[in-house]
Amino acid sequence: MAARAPTARASFGLKAATVAVLLFLHLPLTVIILFAFTTEDAAFRFPPPGLTVNWFGVAWQRADIWAALSLSLRVAALTALAALVLGTLAAAAVHRSRFFGRETVSFLVILPIALPGIITGIALRSAISLLGIPFSVWTIVIGHATFCVVVVYNNVLARFRRTAYSQVEASMDLGASPFQTFRYIVLPSIATALLAGGMLAFALSFDEIIVTTFTAGQQETLPIWIFNQLTKPRQRPVTNIAALFVIAGTFIPILLAHRMTQGTVEAGRAGR
Amino acid sequence: MSTAAASPTRRLSIYLYRRPALALTLLLAPPLLWLGVVYLGSLFALLLQSFFTLDSFTGQVVRKLTLANYRDLFVAANIDIIVRTASMAAAVTVAAAVVAFPISYYMARYATPRGRALLYLGVLLPLWSSYLVRVYSWKLILAREGVLNWTLVQMRLDGVLNWLLSLPVIGGPSLSVSRLGMFVVFLYVWLPYMILPIEAALERVPESLLEASADLGARPRETFRRVVLPLAFPGVVAGSLFTFSLTLGDFVVPYALGNSALFIGQAVLAFQGTAANVPLAAAFTVVPMVIMAFYLTIARRTGAFEAL
Repeated sequence: MAARAPTARASFGLKAATVAVLLFLHLPLTVIILFAFTTEDAAFRFPPPGLTVNWFGVAWQRADIWAALSLSLRVAALTALAALVLGTLAAAAVHRSRFFGRETVSFLVILPIALPGIITGIALRSAISLLGIPFSVWTIVIGHATFCVVVVYNNVLARFRRTAYSQVEASMDLGASPFQTFRYIVLPSIATALLAGGMLAFALSFDEIIVTTFTAGQQETLPIWIFNQLTKPRQRPVTNIAALFVIAGTFIPILLAHRMTQGTVEAGRAGR
Repeated sequence: MSTAAASPTRRLSIYLYRRPALALTLLLAPPLLWLGVVYLGSLFALLLQSFFTLDSFTGQVVRKLTLANYRDLFVAANIDIIVRTASMAAAVTVAAAVVAFPISYYMARYATPRGRALLYLGVLLPLWSSYLVRVYSWKLILAREGVLNWTLVQMRLDGVLNWLLSLPVIGGPSLSVSRLGMFVVFLYVWLPYMILPIEAALERVPESLLEASADLGARPRETFRRVVLPLAFPGVVAGSLFTFSLTLGDFVVPYALGNSALFIGQAVLAFQGTAANVPLAAAFTVVPMVIMAFYLTIARRTGAFEAL
Protein backbone atom coordinates (compact mmCIF):
# COMPACT_ATOMS: atom_id res chain seq x y z
CA MET A 1 0.00 0.00 0.00
CA ALA A 2 1.39 3.36 -0.99
CA ALA A 3 2.01 5.92 1.70
CA ARG A 4 -0.05 9.01 1.07
CA ALA A 5 1.50 12.40 0.66
CA PRO A 6 -0.05 14.64 3.34
CA THR A 7 -1.15 17.26 0.84
CA ALA A 8 -2.66 14.80 -1.64
CA ARG A 9 -6.18 15.82 -2.61
CA ALA A 10 -8.23 14.33 -5.38
CA SER A 11 -9.28 16.82 -8.00
CA PHE A 12 -12.97 17.53 -8.47
CA GLY A 13 -12.95 15.82 -11.84
CA LEU A 14 -11.56 12.60 -10.38
CA LYS A 15 -14.14 12.57 -7.60
CA ALA A 16 -16.95 13.25 -10.05
CA ALA A 17 -15.75 10.40 -12.31
CA THR A 18 -15.64 8.04 -9.32
CA VAL A 19 -19.17 8.92 -8.28
CA ALA A 20 -20.39 8.61 -11.87
CA VAL A 21 -18.96 5.11 -12.22
CA LEU A 22 -20.51 4.05 -8.91
CA LEU A 23 -23.89 5.34 -10.05
CA PHE A 24 -23.48 3.56 -13.38
CA LEU A 25 -22.81 0.32 -11.50
CA HIS A 26 -25.68 0.62 -9.04
CA LEU A 27 -28.62 2.48 -10.54
CA PRO A 28 -29.73 -0.28 -12.97
CA LEU A 29 -30.75 -2.67 -10.20
CA THR A 30 -32.85 -0.04 -8.49
CA VAL A 31 -34.71 0.32 -11.78
CA ILE A 32 -35.74 -3.35 -11.59
CA ILE A 33 -37.05 -2.85 -8.08
CA LEU A 34 -39.05 0.20 -9.20
CA PHE A 35 -40.54 -1.56 -12.22
CA ALA A 36 -41.73 -4.50 -10.11
CA PHE A 37 -44.32 -2.07 -8.73
CA THR A 38 -45.38 -0.23 -11.87
CA THR A 39 -49.02 -0.30 -13.01
CA GLU A 40 -47.97 -0.26 -16.66
CA ASP A 41 -48.18 -3.76 -18.10
CA ALA A 42 -47.29 -3.47 -21.77
CA ALA A 43 -44.20 -1.28 -21.97
CA PHE A 44 -41.24 -0.14 -19.90
CA ARG A 45 -42.65 3.37 -19.55
CA PHE A 46 -40.78 5.73 -17.25
CA PRO A 47 -41.81 7.34 -14.98
CA PRO A 48 -44.32 4.63 -14.02
CA PRO A 49 -47.90 5.88 -14.32
CA GLY A 50 -48.68 4.45 -10.89
CA LEU A 51 -47.49 1.97 -8.29
CA THR A 52 -49.07 -1.33 -7.28
CA VAL A 53 -48.21 -4.58 -5.53
CA ASN A 54 -50.70 -6.38 -7.73
CA TRP A 55 -48.06 -8.20 -9.81
CA PHE A 56 -46.81 -10.16 -6.83
CA GLY A 57 -50.27 -11.72 -6.60
CA VAL A 58 -50.34 -12.39 -10.33
CA ALA A 59 -46.89 -14.00 -10.22
CA TRP A 60 -47.96 -16.07 -7.21
CA GLN A 61 -50.66 -17.75 -9.30
CA ARG A 62 -48.43 -18.60 -12.23
CA ALA A 63 -47.74 -22.32 -12.34
CA ASP A 64 -44.86 -21.92 -14.81
CA ILE A 65 -43.00 -19.56 -12.48
CA TRP A 66 -43.45 -21.93 -9.57
CA ALA A 67 -42.21 -24.83 -11.66
CA ALA A 68 -39.16 -22.86 -12.80
CA LEU A 69 -38.45 -21.63 -9.28
CA SER A 70 -38.74 -25.10 -7.81
CA LEU A 71 -36.45 -26.57 -10.49
CA SER A 72 -33.89 -23.81 -9.85
CA LEU A 73 -34.01 -24.40 -6.10
CA ARG A 74 -33.62 -28.16 -6.50
CA VAL A 75 -30.72 -27.74 -8.90
CA ALA A 76 -29.02 -25.17 -6.68
CA ALA A 77 -29.37 -27.34 -3.57
CA LEU A 78 -28.05 -30.48 -5.30
CA THR A 79 -25.23 -28.46 -6.86
CA ALA A 80 -24.24 -27.00 -3.52
CA LEU A 81 -24.18 -30.51 -2.02
CA ALA A 82 -22.07 -31.97 -4.82
CA ALA A 83 -19.71 -28.99 -4.77
CA LEU A 84 -19.36 -29.28 -0.98
CA VAL A 85 -18.34 -32.92 -1.10
CA LEU A 86 -16.01 -32.61 -4.11
CA GLY A 87 -14.51 -29.27 -3.11
CA THR A 88 -13.81 -30.34 0.47
CA LEU A 89 -12.20 -33.61 -0.63
CA ALA A 90 -9.99 -31.84 -3.15
CA ALA A 91 -9.03 -29.15 -0.62
CA ALA A 92 -8.18 -31.78 2.01
CA ALA A 93 -6.01 -33.69 -0.46
CA VAL A 94 -4.17 -30.61 -1.69
CA HIS A 95 -3.68 -29.27 1.83
CA ARG A 96 -2.57 -32.51 3.48
CA SER A 97 0.05 -33.76 1.12
CA ARG A 98 2.64 -32.88 -1.44
CA PHE A 99 2.17 -35.18 -4.37
CA PHE A 100 2.92 -35.41 -8.02
CA GLY A 101 0.35 -33.45 -9.98
CA ARG A 102 -0.78 -31.31 -7.05
CA GLU A 103 -0.71 -28.21 -9.22
CA THR A 104 -2.76 -30.05 -11.80
CA VAL A 105 -5.56 -30.55 -9.28
CA SER A 106 -5.74 -26.82 -8.54
CA PHE A 107 -5.66 -26.13 -12.27
CA LEU A 108 -8.44 -28.63 -12.95
CA VAL A 109 -10.61 -27.09 -10.26
CA ILE A 110 -10.17 -23.57 -11.63
CA LEU A 111 -10.42 -24.44 -15.34
CA PRO A 112 -14.24 -24.63 -15.58
CA ILE A 113 -14.58 -21.08 -14.27
CA ALA A 114 -11.62 -19.73 -16.26
CA LEU A 115 -12.90 -20.95 -19.62
CA PRO A 116 -15.89 -19.03 -21.00
CA GLY A 117 -19.16 -20.64 -19.87
CA ILE A 118 -20.13 -21.30 -23.44
CA ILE A 119 -17.21 -23.71 -23.85
CA THR A 120 -18.08 -25.64 -20.70
CA GLY A 121 -21.68 -25.67 -21.87
CA ILE A 122 -21.13 -26.92 -25.38
CA ALA A 123 -18.53 -29.43 -24.14
CA LEU A 124 -21.00 -31.02 -21.73
CA ARG A 125 -23.67 -30.84 -24.43
CA SER A 126 -21.35 -32.73 -26.80
CA ALA A 127 -20.68 -35.41 -24.20
CA ILE A 128 -24.38 -35.72 -23.44
CA SER A 129 -25.23 -36.16 -27.10
CA LEU A 130 -22.32 -38.50 -27.80
CA LEU A 131 -23.35 -40.76 -24.92
CA GLY A 132 -27.06 -40.37 -25.65
CA ILE A 133 -27.92 -39.34 -22.07
CA PRO A 134 -31.47 -37.96 -21.68
CA PHE A 135 -31.74 -34.42 -20.23
CA SER A 136 -32.79 -34.30 -16.59
CA VAL A 137 -32.20 -32.38 -13.37
CA TRP A 138 -28.95 -34.31 -13.14
CA THR A 139 -27.55 -33.09 -16.43
CA ILE A 140 -28.04 -29.52 -15.17
CA VAL A 141 -26.50 -30.36 -11.79
CA ILE A 142 -23.45 -31.96 -13.44
CA GLY A 143 -22.85 -28.76 -15.41
CA HIS A 144 -23.28 -26.50 -12.41
CA ALA A 145 -21.25 -28.57 -9.95
CA THR A 146 -18.34 -28.55 -12.38
CA PHE A 147 -17.81 -24.82 -12.06
CA CYS A 148 -19.02 -24.55 -8.43
CA VAL A 149 -16.41 -26.90 -6.97
CA VAL A 150 -13.91 -24.05 -7.10
CA VAL A 151 -15.74 -21.78 -4.64
CA VAL A 152 -15.97 -24.49 -1.97
CA TYR A 153 -12.39 -25.55 -2.69
CA ASN A 154 -11.06 -21.99 -2.26
CA ASN A 155 -12.95 -21.35 0.96
CA VAL A 156 -12.12 -24.68 2.60
CA LEU A 157 -8.48 -24.66 1.51
CA ALA A 158 -8.00 -21.16 2.96
CA ARG A 159 -9.51 -22.37 6.22
CA PHE A 160 -7.39 -25.52 6.34
CA ARG A 161 -4.29 -23.36 5.93
CA ARG A 162 -5.25 -21.42 9.05
CA THR A 163 -5.97 -24.41 11.26
CA ALA A 164 -3.20 -26.61 12.65
CA TYR A 165 -3.28 -30.27 11.73
CA SER A 166 -1.73 -31.01 15.13
CA GLN A 167 -5.22 -30.57 16.61
CA VAL A 168 -6.41 -33.59 14.66
CA GLU A 169 -3.40 -35.62 15.77
CA ALA A 170 -3.90 -34.55 19.38
CA SER A 171 -7.53 -35.59 19.22
CA MET A 172 -6.62 -39.02 17.92
CA ASP A 173 -3.81 -39.38 20.47
CA LEU A 174 -6.32 -38.68 23.19
CA GLY A 175 -8.38 -41.60 21.97
CA ALA A 176 -11.07 -40.03 19.84
CA SER A 177 -12.41 -42.15 17.01
CA PRO A 178 -12.04 -40.79 13.47
CA PHE A 179 -15.75 -40.03 13.54
CA GLN A 180 -15.39 -38.13 16.81
CA THR A 181 -12.32 -36.30 15.54
CA PHE A 182 -14.17 -35.29 12.42
CA ARG A 183 -17.28 -34.32 14.35
CA TYR A 184 -15.63 -32.35 17.17
CA ILE A 185 -12.37 -31.06 15.69
CA VAL A 186 -12.43 -30.87 11.90
CA LEU A 187 -16.06 -29.95 11.32
CA PRO A 188 -16.24 -27.03 13.80
CA SER A 189 -13.05 -25.54 12.42
CA ILE A 190 -14.23 -25.60 8.80
CA ALA A 191 -17.98 -25.19 9.44
CA THR A 192 -18.29 -21.54 8.41
CA ALA A 193 -16.05 -22.09 5.39
CA LEU A 194 -18.30 -24.97 4.32
CA LEU A 195 -21.42 -22.91 4.87
CA ALA A 196 -19.98 -19.97 2.96
CA GLY A 197 -18.75 -22.16 0.11
CA GLY A 198 -22.07 -23.96 -0.06
CA MET A 199 -24.00 -20.70 -0.22
CA LEU A 200 -21.75 -19.28 -2.92
CA ALA A 201 -22.22 -22.47 -4.93
CA PHE A 202 -25.98 -22.19 -4.39
CA ALA A 203 -25.99 -18.59 -5.59
CA LEU A 204 -23.78 -19.29 -8.61
CA SER A 205 -26.02 -22.16 -9.61
CA PHE A 206 -29.28 -20.30 -8.94
CA ASP A 207 -28.61 -17.56 -11.49
CA GLU A 208 -26.54 -19.54 -14.00
CA ILE A 209 -27.78 -19.25 -17.57
CA ILE A 210 -24.96 -19.94 -20.05
CA VAL A 211 -24.10 -23.53 -19.16
CA THR A 212 -27.71 -24.30 -18.26
CA THR A 213 -28.96 -23.46 -21.76
CA PHE A 214 -26.85 -26.31 -23.08
CA THR A 215 -27.52 -28.92 -20.42
CA ALA A 216 -31.20 -28.33 -19.64
CA GLY A 217 -32.83 -29.59 -22.83
CA GLN A 218 -36.50 -28.58 -22.61
CA GLN A 219 -36.45 -27.91 -18.87
CA GLU A 220 -36.92 -24.34 -17.65
CA THR A 221 -34.98 -22.99 -14.69
CA LEU A 222 -35.90 -19.51 -13.47
CA PRO A 223 -33.03 -17.82 -15.35
CA ILE A 224 -34.01 -19.66 -18.53
CA TRP A 225 -37.60 -18.52 -18.04
CA ILE A 226 -36.40 -14.91 -17.73
CA PHE A 227 -34.06 -15.31 -20.70
CA ASN A 228 -36.96 -16.49 -22.86
CA GLN A 229 -38.91 -13.42 -21.78
CA LEU A 230 -35.92 -11.27 -22.64
CA THR A 231 -35.90 -12.39 -26.24
CA LYS A 232 -39.69 -12.66 -26.66
CA PRO A 233 -41.24 -10.39 -24.04
CA ARG A 234 -44.84 -11.35 -23.37
CA GLN A 235 -45.17 -11.19 -19.60
CA ARG A 236 -43.32 -8.02 -18.67
CA PRO A 237 -44.77 -7.34 -15.20
CA VAL A 238 -44.39 -10.97 -14.13
CA THR A 239 -40.83 -11.02 -15.50
CA ASN A 240 -39.99 -8.07 -13.26
CA ILE A 241 -41.19 -10.05 -10.25
CA ALA A 242 -39.22 -13.13 -11.31
CA ALA A 243 -36.16 -10.88 -11.70
CA LEU A 244 -36.63 -9.71 -8.10
CA PHE A 245 -36.71 -13.36 -7.00
CA VAL A 246 -33.44 -14.06 -8.79
CA ILE A 247 -31.81 -10.98 -7.24
CA ALA A 248 -32.84 -12.17 -3.80
CA GLY A 249 -31.81 -15.78 -4.51
CA THR A 250 -28.28 -14.79 -5.45
CA PHE A 251 -27.64 -11.66 -3.43
CA ILE A 252 -28.71 -12.88 0.01
CA PRO A 253 -26.63 -16.11 0.10
CA ILE A 254 -23.56 -14.33 -1.26
CA LEU A 255 -23.89 -11.50 1.26
CA LEU A 256 -24.20 -14.04 4.10
CA ALA A 257 -21.23 -15.98 2.80
CA HIS A 258 -19.20 -12.80 2.63
CA ARG A 259 -20.01 -11.87 6.21
CA MET A 260 -19.09 -15.33 7.39
CA THR A 261 -15.67 -15.29 5.79
CA GLN A 262 -14.91 -11.61 6.12
CA GLY A 263 -11.20 -10.96 6.25
CA THR A 264 -10.26 -14.50 5.30
CA VAL A 265 -11.20 -15.05 1.67
CA GLU A 266 -12.44 -12.70 -0.93
CA ALA A 267 -15.63 -14.58 -1.39
CA GLY A 268 -16.95 -12.62 -4.32
CA ARG A 269 -13.85 -12.76 -6.44
CA ALA A 270 -14.54 -16.27 -7.60
CA GLY A 271 -17.77 -14.86 -9.03
CA ARG A 272 -17.48 -15.69 -12.65
CA MET B 1 -19.50 -44.63 21.35
CA SER B 2 -18.25 -47.76 23.09
CA THR B 3 -14.70 -48.96 22.70
CA ALA B 4 -15.70 -52.28 21.23
CA ALA B 5 -17.81 -50.67 18.51
CA ALA B 6 -15.16 -48.06 17.78
CA SER B 7 -12.31 -50.45 17.36
CA PRO B 8 -12.83 -51.39 13.67
CA THR B 9 -13.06 -47.71 12.69
CA ARG B 10 -10.10 -47.03 14.96
CA ARG B 11 -8.13 -49.70 13.24
CA LEU B 12 -9.17 -48.30 9.88
CA SER B 13 -8.00 -44.83 10.83
CA ILE B 14 -4.64 -46.14 12.06
CA TYR B 15 -4.34 -48.12 8.84
CA LEU B 16 -5.03 -45.01 6.76
CA TYR B 17 -2.76 -42.85 8.90
CA ARG B 18 0.11 -45.20 8.17
CA ARG B 19 -0.64 -45.25 4.46
CA PRO B 20 -0.91 -41.61 3.42
CA ALA B 21 -0.83 -42.57 -0.26
CA LEU B 22 -3.97 -44.65 0.10
CA ALA B 23 -5.69 -41.93 2.15
CA LEU B 24 -4.75 -39.41 -0.52
CA THR B 25 -6.12 -41.61 -3.28
CA LEU B 26 -9.43 -41.96 -1.44
CA LEU B 27 -9.64 -38.18 -0.98
CA LEU B 28 -8.74 -37.41 -4.57
CA ALA B 29 -10.75 -40.07 -6.37
CA PRO B 30 -14.20 -38.37 -6.36
CA PRO B 31 -13.09 -34.85 -7.40
CA LEU B 32 -10.68 -36.25 -9.98
CA LEU B 33 -13.31 -38.55 -11.40
CA TRP B 34 -15.69 -35.63 -11.71
CA LEU B 35 -13.34 -32.99 -13.08
CA GLY B 36 -10.83 -35.23 -14.78
CA VAL B 37 -13.20 -37.70 -16.38
CA VAL B 38 -16.52 -35.89 -16.72
CA TYR B 39 -15.21 -32.40 -17.42
CA LEU B 40 -12.00 -33.05 -19.33
CA GLY B 41 -13.76 -35.92 -21.05
CA SER B 42 -16.44 -33.48 -22.20
CA LEU B 43 -13.86 -31.03 -23.47
CA PHE B 44 -12.36 -33.90 -25.41
CA ALA B 45 -15.79 -34.86 -26.71
CA LEU B 46 -16.18 -31.27 -27.86
CA LEU B 47 -12.94 -31.39 -29.78
CA LEU B 48 -13.88 -34.76 -31.26
CA GLN B 49 -17.34 -33.53 -32.27
CA SER B 50 -15.82 -30.58 -34.08
CA PHE B 51 -14.25 -33.07 -36.52
CA PHE B 52 -17.52 -34.93 -37.12
CA THR B 53 -20.05 -33.71 -39.58
CA LEU B 54 -23.79 -33.42 -39.95
CA ASP B 55 -25.51 -35.32 -42.73
CA SER B 56 -27.72 -32.56 -44.08
CA PHE B 57 -30.14 -35.11 -45.55
CA THR B 58 -30.82 -37.28 -42.49
CA GLY B 59 -29.91 -34.68 -39.85
CA GLN B 60 -27.77 -37.29 -38.11
CA VAL B 61 -24.22 -36.71 -36.92
CA VAL B 62 -21.81 -38.72 -39.05
CA ARG B 63 -19.00 -40.04 -36.85
CA LYS B 64 -16.23 -39.78 -39.38
CA LEU B 65 -13.28 -37.42 -38.95
CA THR B 66 -13.29 -34.47 -41.32
CA LEU B 67 -12.19 -30.85 -41.44
CA ALA B 68 -15.45 -29.78 -43.10
CA ASN B 69 -16.64 -27.75 -40.08
CA TYR B 70 -13.45 -25.77 -39.91
CA ARG B 71 -13.74 -25.08 -43.63
CA ASP B 72 -17.32 -23.90 -43.02
CA LEU B 73 -16.03 -21.42 -40.46
CA PHE B 74 -14.42 -19.48 -43.29
CA VAL B 75 -17.67 -18.90 -45.13
CA ALA B 76 -18.24 -15.13 -45.46
CA ALA B 77 -21.25 -15.16 -43.11
CA ASN B 78 -19.27 -16.88 -40.37
CA ILE B 79 -16.25 -14.61 -40.83
CA ASP B 80 -18.66 -11.70 -40.36
CA ILE B 81 -19.81 -13.19 -37.06
CA ILE B 82 -16.25 -13.63 -35.82
CA VAL B 83 -15.14 -10.13 -36.85
CA ARG B 84 -18.30 -8.56 -35.40
CA THR B 85 -17.74 -10.30 -32.05
CA ALA B 86 -14.02 -9.60 -31.87
CA SER B 87 -14.47 -5.89 -32.68
CA MET B 88 -17.22 -5.57 -30.05
CA ALA B 89 -14.91 -7.27 -27.54
CA ALA B 90 -12.09 -4.88 -28.46
CA ALA B 91 -14.32 -1.78 -28.21
CA VAL B 92 -15.72 -2.90 -24.85
CA THR B 93 -12.21 -3.59 -23.55
CA VAL B 94 -10.83 -0.18 -24.53
CA ALA B 95 -13.87 1.64 -23.15
CA ALA B 96 -13.74 -0.36 -19.91
CA ALA B 97 -10.08 0.55 -19.41
CA VAL B 98 -10.82 4.25 -19.94
CA VAL B 99 -13.87 4.27 -17.66
CA ALA B 100 -12.22 2.13 -14.98
CA PHE B 101 -9.04 4.15 -14.68
CA PRO B 102 -10.26 7.22 -12.77
CA ILE B 103 -12.15 5.27 -10.09
CA SER B 104 -9.23 2.83 -9.71
CA TYR B 105 -6.86 5.75 -9.39
CA TYR B 106 -9.03 7.39 -6.77
CA MET B 107 -9.30 4.12 -4.83
CA ALA B 108 -5.57 3.46 -4.88
CA ARG B 109 -4.28 6.99 -4.27
CA TYR B 110 -6.75 9.14 -2.43
CA ALA B 111 -9.32 7.04 -0.58
CA THR B 112 -8.89 6.51 3.17
CA PRO B 113 -8.55 2.83 4.15
CA ARG B 114 -12.18 2.81 5.20
CA GLY B 115 -13.26 4.62 2.06
CA ARG B 116 -11.30 2.18 -0.05
CA ALA B 117 -12.98 -0.79 1.63
CA LEU B 118 -16.38 0.77 0.92
CA LEU B 119 -15.48 1.51 -2.71
CA TYR B 120 -14.19 -2.03 -3.07
CA LEU B 121 -17.52 -3.34 -1.85
CA GLY B 122 -19.30 -0.91 -4.16
CA VAL B 123 -17.44 -2.32 -7.15
CA LEU B 124 -17.92 -5.95 -6.11
CA LEU B 125 -21.57 -5.70 -5.17
CA PRO B 126 -22.91 -5.69 -8.74
CA LEU B 127 -20.93 -8.87 -9.46
CA TRP B 128 -22.80 -10.54 -6.65
CA SER B 129 -26.26 -9.91 -8.00
CA SER B 130 -27.54 -11.95 -10.88
CA TYR B 131 -25.82 -11.27 -14.17
CA LEU B 132 -28.95 -12.10 -16.15
CA VAL B 133 -31.09 -9.69 -14.16
CA ARG B 134 -28.51 -6.93 -14.55
CA VAL B 135 -28.74 -7.38 -18.30
CA TYR B 136 -32.51 -7.41 -18.07
CA SER B 137 -32.51 -4.14 -16.12
CA TRP B 138 -30.90 -2.42 -19.12
CA LYS B 139 -33.77 -3.56 -21.26
CA LEU B 140 -35.95 -1.41 -19.02
CA ILE B 141 -33.52 1.50 -19.08
CA LEU B 142 -32.81 1.58 -22.81
CA ALA B 143 -36.35 0.96 -24.06
CA ARG B 144 -37.81 3.65 -26.32
CA GLU B 145 -40.18 4.78 -23.58
CA GLY B 146 -37.71 3.87 -20.80
CA VAL B 147 -35.63 5.65 -18.18
CA LEU B 148 -32.75 6.89 -20.31
CA ASN B 149 -34.91 8.29 -23.08
CA TRP B 150 -37.04 10.12 -20.52
CA THR B 151 -33.95 11.59 -18.86
CA LEU B 152 -32.55 12.74 -22.20
CA VAL B 153 -35.85 14.36 -23.15
CA GLN B 154 -35.86 16.22 -19.84
CA MET B 155 -32.35 17.43 -20.59
CA ARG B 156 -33.38 18.23 -24.19
CA LEU B 157 -30.66 15.91 -25.45
CA ASP B 158 -32.96 13.50 -27.29
CA GLY B 159 -31.80 14.95 -30.59
CA VAL B 160 -28.29 13.62 -29.90
CA LEU B 161 -29.69 10.18 -29.17
CA ASN B 162 -31.78 10.15 -32.34
CA TRP B 163 -28.75 11.20 -34.34
CA LEU B 164 -26.67 8.37 -32.80
CA LEU B 165 -29.42 5.86 -33.51
CA SER B 166 -29.62 7.00 -37.12
CA LEU B 167 -25.98 6.05 -37.70
CA PRO B 168 -25.34 2.84 -39.62
CA VAL B 169 -23.97 -0.27 -37.80
CA ILE B 170 -24.18 1.10 -34.25
CA GLY B 171 -27.72 2.49 -34.54
CA GLY B 172 -31.13 0.87 -34.59
CA PRO B 173 -34.81 1.52 -34.00
CA SER B 174 -34.15 2.13 -30.28
CA LEU B 175 -31.22 1.83 -27.91
CA SER B 176 -32.63 -1.46 -26.62
CA VAL B 177 -32.20 -2.98 -30.09
CA SER B 178 -28.90 -1.51 -31.24
CA ARG B 179 -25.19 -2.20 -31.30
CA LEU B 180 -24.66 0.96 -29.24
CA GLY B 181 -26.97 -0.30 -26.49
CA MET B 182 -25.26 -3.68 -26.55
CA PHE B 183 -21.91 -1.95 -26.11
CA VAL B 184 -23.19 -0.01 -23.07
CA VAL B 185 -24.55 -3.18 -21.45
CA PHE B 186 -21.34 -5.15 -22.07
CA LEU B 187 -19.40 -2.27 -20.56
CA TYR B 188 -21.70 -2.28 -17.55
CA VAL B 189 -21.58 -6.01 -16.84
CA TRP B 190 -17.82 -6.44 -17.19
CA LEU B 191 -16.58 -3.10 -15.78
CA PRO B 192 -15.82 -4.42 -12.25
CA TYR B 193 -13.48 -7.01 -13.78
CA MET B 194 -11.44 -4.12 -15.19
CA ILE B 195 -11.53 -1.87 -12.12
CA LEU B 196 -10.21 -4.46 -9.66
CA PRO B 197 -6.92 -5.40 -11.41
CA ILE B 198 -6.15 -1.78 -12.35
CA GLU B 199 -6.70 -0.75 -8.76
CA ALA B 200 -4.43 -3.57 -7.56
CA ALA B 201 -1.69 -2.50 -9.97
CA LEU B 202 -1.98 1.18 -9.00
CA GLU B 203 -1.87 0.35 -5.32
CA ARG B 204 1.55 -1.18 -5.85
CA VAL B 205 3.03 1.98 -7.40
CA PRO B 206 5.22 3.42 -4.62
CA GLU B 207 4.55 7.02 -3.70
CA SER B 208 8.32 7.63 -3.66
CA LEU B 209 8.47 7.11 -7.43
CA LEU B 210 5.94 9.87 -7.97
CA GLU B 211 7.82 12.16 -5.60
CA ALA B 212 11.09 11.39 -7.35
CA SER B 213 9.50 12.20 -10.68
CA ALA B 214 8.19 15.51 -9.32
CA ASP B 215 11.55 16.30 -7.70
CA LEU B 216 13.24 15.75 -11.02
CA GLY B 217 11.02 18.43 -12.47
CA ALA B 218 8.23 16.48 -14.16
CA ARG B 219 4.82 18.12 -14.25
CA PRO B 220 1.96 16.01 -12.79
CA ARG B 221 0.74 15.29 -16.32
CA GLU B 222 4.17 14.05 -17.33
CA THR B 223 4.53 11.93 -14.19
CA PHE B 224 1.17 10.39 -14.92
CA ARG B 225 2.04 9.60 -18.52
CA ARG B 226 5.57 8.36 -17.98
CA VAL B 227 5.49 6.79 -14.51
CA VAL B 228 1.95 5.88 -13.47
CA LEU B 229 0.59 4.65 -16.80
CA PRO B 230 3.46 2.25 -17.63
CA LEU B 231 3.31 0.79 -14.12
CA ALA B 232 -0.47 0.39 -14.27
CA PHE B 233 -0.41 -1.17 -17.73
CA PRO B 234 -0.10 -4.81 -16.57
CA GLY B 235 -3.25 -4.22 -14.53
CA VAL B 236 -5.05 -2.95 -17.62
CA VAL B 237 -3.95 -6.02 -19.57
CA ALA B 238 -5.07 -8.31 -16.74
CA GLY B 239 -8.49 -6.63 -16.74
CA SER B 240 -8.69 -6.81 -20.50
CA LEU B 241 -8.30 -10.58 -20.34
CA PHE B 242 -11.63 -10.73 -18.51
CA THR B 243 -13.52 -8.14 -20.52
CA PHE B 244 -12.30 -9.50 -23.84
CA SER B 245 -12.86 -13.18 -23.10
CA LEU B 246 -16.22 -12.64 -21.41
CA THR B 247 -17.50 -10.57 -24.34
CA LEU B 248 -16.29 -13.15 -26.86
CA GLY B 249 -18.23 -15.98 -25.26
CA ASP B 250 -21.42 -14.22 -24.23
CA PHE B 251 -24.77 -14.77 -25.87
CA VAL B 252 -27.17 -13.27 -23.34
CA VAL B 253 -26.42 -9.63 -24.13
CA PRO B 254 -26.50 -10.07 -27.95
CA TYR B 255 -29.80 -11.93 -27.67
CA ALA B 256 -31.30 -9.33 -25.36
CA LEU B 257 -30.20 -6.23 -27.30
CA GLY B 258 -29.18 -7.39 -30.73
CA ASN B 259 -30.90 -7.97 -34.04
CA SER B 260 -30.47 -10.74 -36.58
CA ALA B 261 -26.72 -10.09 -36.90
CA LEU B 262 -25.34 -12.92 -34.79
CA PHE B 263 -22.40 -12.98 -32.37
CA ILE B 264 -20.19 -16.03 -31.72
CA GLY B 265 -22.10 -17.11 -28.62
CA GLN B 266 -25.43 -16.88 -30.44
CA ALA B 267 -24.06 -18.78 -33.41
CA VAL B 268 -22.92 -21.61 -31.14
CA LEU B 269 -26.30 -21.70 -29.45
CA ALA B 270 -28.18 -21.56 -32.75
CA PHE B 271 -26.12 -24.33 -34.37
CA GLN B 272 -26.51 -26.71 -31.45
CA GLY B 273 -30.15 -25.79 -30.81
CA THR B 274 -32.41 -25.13 -33.76
CA ALA B 275 -30.00 -26.46 -36.38
CA ALA B 276 -29.01 -29.44 -34.20
CA ASN B 277 -25.56 -29.21 -35.75
CA VAL B 278 -23.42 -29.85 -32.68
CA PRO B 279 -20.26 -30.48 -34.77
CA LEU B 280 -20.35 -27.01 -36.35
CA ALA B 281 -21.18 -25.44 -32.97
CA ALA B 282 -18.20 -27.26 -31.50
CA ALA B 283 -15.91 -25.95 -34.24
CA PHE B 284 -17.22 -22.45 -33.58
CA THR B 285 -16.23 -22.55 -29.89
CA VAL B 286 -12.69 -23.29 -30.98
CA VAL B 287 -12.57 -19.71 -32.37
CA PRO B 288 -12.74 -17.86 -29.00
CA MET B 289 -10.34 -20.44 -27.57
CA VAL B 290 -7.78 -19.72 -30.30
CA ILE B 291 -8.25 -15.94 -30.02
CA MET B 292 -7.80 -16.14 -26.25
CA ALA B 293 -4.71 -18.35 -26.60
CA PHE B 294 -3.09 -15.65 -28.78
CA TYR B 295 -4.22 -12.95 -26.38
CA LEU B 296 -2.83 -14.82 -23.37
CA THR B 297 0.52 -15.31 -25.06
CA ILE B 298 0.82 -11.59 -25.74
CA ALA B 299 -0.47 -10.68 -22.27
CA ARG B 300 2.08 -12.91 -20.61
CA ARG B 301 4.88 -10.79 -22.10
CA THR B 302 3.52 -7.64 -20.44
CA GLY B 303 3.64 -9.26 -17.00
CA ALA B 304 -0.14 -9.14 -16.65
CA PHE B 305 -0.28 -12.38 -14.69
CA GLU B 306 1.47 -10.86 -11.70
CA ALA B 307 -1.24 -8.20 -11.60
CA LEU B 308 -4.14 -10.65 -11.36
